[in-house]
Amino acid sequence: MTIVTSEFSRTRRLMLKSAGVAALIGLGVIPLGVPQALAAANDKYPEDAFKQKNEADAIKALYGKTPEPSDKVKMDAPEIAENGAVVPISATTTLSDVTSISFLVTENPVTLVASYRIPAGTLPSVANRIKMAKTSNVTVVVEAGGKLYSAAKEIKVTVGGCGG
Amino acid sequence: MASSIRVRATSTGDTTEVQALIQHPMDSGFVKDAKGEIIPPHFIQELTFEYDGKAVFVADWGGGISKDPYVKFAFKGGNKGDEIKIGWVDNKGTSDATTTKIQ
Repeated sequence: MTIVTSEFSRTRRLMLKSAGVAALIGLGVIPLGVPQALAAANDKYPEDAFKQKNEADAIKALYGKTPEPSDKVKMDAPEIAENGAVVPISATTTLSDVTSISFLVTENPVTLVASYRIPAGTLPSVANRIKMAKTSNVTVVVEAGGKLYSAAKEIKVTVGGCGG
Repeated sequence: MASSIRVRATSTGDTTEVQALIQHPMDSGFVKDAKGEIIPPHFIQELTFEYDGKAVFVADWGGGISKDPYVKFAFKGGNKGDEIKIGWVDNKGTSDATTTKIQ
């Protein structure tokens, strides 16, 4: 047991060290090259949508229309999340011509959590880990062929992810 | 060598599956520290994956993404040994980027 613990702390220290180095490099060389490449890659970051406090407003700010529920949008998420700081959620769809997939948590202070742009050739499936302040509905919105489809599910949270 | 981004891209023949893990606090701006002061927002806003000069996946993130974010997706095509570029920018303008070879 002791061996395991010391091994862990050593790797941890190593990781922290490498994180420090990464920060130094990040400050120095890389920023010159990266932002231009990113800016050229696609549309702008939807700043406004990430300020909305409720789901309908966030979806409107992001897409300019309202979604219809669809059983072709599938969400894989736990029924109960023990730790609201890390809730693993994935979404996939059988719809074609998908251009975007977004995740929204109704009860979070900022409803929109993530929006993924799916160019042609990329599969309409994404997995990520989100924070949840408390038990809430989680909505996945899929934009396919210019139309919006959604699926929602309530996830119970035992310990909220907003600290305190 | 050391990067905030750990990424793995695996070719399964027709598609390439990409998994990325990034070291970042992802502070939402709603959490208070031990003294009761709000920890200012600090989170990645945009994460881009490029293959063959084109974006294959772009993530727009808010503070609702967990600390040290993880993301997984897949795209059609991609050959073993080809390079994928990954870069992120956060709300303070900090950025990092790396490349990986498809395995």
